[in-house]
Amino acid sequence: MNPFRVHRGLVAPLDRVNVDTDQIIPKQFLKRIERTGFGEFVFYDWRFSADGKKNSEFVLDEPRYQGASILVAGKNFGCGSSREHAVWALADFGFRAVISSSFADIFANNSTKNGFLTVRLNESDVAELMRRARETSDYHVTIDLEQCEVRDDQGFRAKFPIDEFVRHCLLNGLDDIGLTLQHEAEIADYEARHPAAPQLSSFTQ
Amino acid sequence: MATKRTLFEKIWDAHLVAQPGGRSPIIYIDLHLVHEVTSPQAFDGLRAAGRKVRQPSRTVATVDHNIPTEPRGTPITDVIAAKQISALQSNCKEFGIHLFDMDSPEQGIVHVIGPELGLTQPGMTIVCGDSHTSTHGAFGGLAFGIGTSEVEHVLATQCLAQQKPKTMKIDVHGRLAEGVTAKDLALGIIGQIGTDGATGHVIEYAGEAVRGLSVEGRMTLCNMSIEAGARAGMVAPDDTTFAYVKGKRFAPRDAAWDKAVDYWRSLPTDAGASFDKVVEIDAAQLCPFVTWGTNPGMVAPVTGRVPDFARLNEADQRATELALQYMGLEPGKRIEDIGIDRVFIGSCTNSRIEDLRAAARVARGHHVNAKVRAMVVPGSQTVKRAAEAEGLHKIFLEAGFEWRESGCSMCLGMNPDILQPGERCASTSNRNFEGRQGRGGRTHLVSPMMAAAAAIVGHFTDIRNWKFQ
Repeated sequence: MNPFRVHRGLVAPLDRVNVDTDQIIPKQFLKRIERTGFGEFVFYDWRFSADGKKNSEFVLDEPRYQGASILVAGKNFGCGSSREHAVWALADFGFRAVISSSFADIFANNSTKNGFLTVRLNESDVAELMRRARETSDYHVTIDLEQCEVRDDQGFRAKFPIDEFVRHCLLNGLDDIGLTLQHEAEIADYEARHPAAPQLSSFTQ
Repeated sequence: MATKRTLFEKIWDAHLVAQPGGRSPIIYIDLHLVHEVTSPQAFDGLRAAGRKVRQPSRTVATVDHNIPTEPRGTPITDVIAAKQISALQSNCKEFGIHLFDMDSPEQGIVHVIGPELGLTQPGMTIVCGDSHTSTHGAFGGLAFGIGTSEVEHVLATQCLAQQKPKTMKIDVHGRLAEGVTAKDLALGIIGQIGTDGATGHVIEYAGEAVRGLSVEGRMTLCNMSIEAGARAGMVAPDDTTFAYVKGKRFAPRDAAWDKAVDYWRSLPTDAGASFDKVVEIDAAQLCPFVTWGTNPGMVAPVTGRVPDFARLNEADQRATELALQYMGLEPGKRIEDIGIDRVFIGSCTNSRIEDLRAAARVARGHHVNAKVRAMVVPGSQTVKRAAEAEGLHKIFLEAGFEWRESGCSMCLGMNPDILQPGERCASTSNRNFEGRQGRGGRTHLVSPMMAAAAAIVGHFTDIRNWKFQ
């Protein structure tokens, strides 16, 4: 996993609440068995017409937001399906982070496993960033995970909360399977005290 | 440790493997359910790292999301879907995991087969790469959906590093009236607390109305917890639960059964234990519900109307406007005046035998409206056989419903069962998101009885006034 420390990038505003993962990556693209290549399909139904033509009015396809790496969106971002493909698609498209006032739990969890940051700010700060991204050309912000802070060149500055362990993993790009396996002795001890039911054990042999 | 604990806290504490300082607690996972869509990248990850599946005997797989519901044996024409299914077959073989494959007499939707095989039991921790894993909480376990990276983590370690969620009690006072089902209770709750009302929380459903639900009704209720943003939903195990589990294929037997029941009886929340949040619901205020918008919180009584903008605040106005535009509905329209083109009875929310019985009771002696195409998709092969043994399939077929093979089907339209652009569907599934059942498709979530009645009259109608035959 790539570490996330400090990232400065162009901001694209997506002024919608409850953006669900079906919208981020529609089901027809979930049949791929790879982790890569989902970026071109991100927000597919909003970006393309039924015959596959690009809808240039969608915010991410406006010329001024090309190359954006930070998305600002309304509350409850990433709700619905657990599909990690949503994070893979956003990351593959070029985003490193989403800023919102709230995130669905599974989406937020999936993000941390991919070095992708979900930044939670209060609703008025999110609205302010949304306004600046619309009204300022080439609007950039810096997301500083070391300081847990979002800032811009016009004096905006806001702290964001994040679980300390999640932050540690993101800052260092840690693989958490490896971290859990450091507890091999405790896992083995637990398993010795709680064996699988015999019906289950015989079932796979 | 507090002396008075909730059901959730008892299960959490019983599964704690390690609590490393400054890091998320590590909990043990009793049962890991796997399906074709969210697992291939996880198995690739294991191979890349040279890891094995730590506990194949605690891992069970099936194919459900993208399989056709045409008669089994019909070739899968979608080559990408076929490749994903064959990837699961070869991964299960390579890693020693039991697969209920396409031709298995026990194949079905992962959240239907776990319970009916007795794999799902009270007190367990259960995960699956699917958000509706919350279904299994109906037995009084902790069950939640995870992403593919976590699927890989559980395959490799049989554990998960998780931040401890908060707790929420939803106390449903009084009893549900005739015609008001677990689905309506779920929709009523989401309508009240919103699609992010339970984010970060595990819900425990309690109260007289919940105790009065069958295990199947409890599954419907817990299934929809994720639609309120909850990490999981659960109902304390009781005699209703034990009666359901007893004798199932993987349920404990003999002395092990008695021991298990003793333990399960210790799980319900202690009197006086506290929750981070409590929501009170009056069952008498509930009625058959129909969603009108593009998330499950956009819901109205069947006797009600689509919202009028004038009565909404600014933020809700915009979301409502976008939703109604997508749904092709005018503000203020009466719900019963909304005509439909399609009906889908199925999904991990409402495809169990009890759901099919309820829908068949409505359909008996009637015929599907000439302009409606209606399909019934049993949740599993076991449900399908049980329904056929009772003759339910005949009632459906005679009434003009299609009777299909088991799978997720049109709940998410990964297989060929999809809505065409602009088609309006009464669906017993769980999500009415834009495009969920097919690009441009318009989904209204309802109970199985309400769906069957809509199929017959061609528009939504209050099931409480139905003429049963």
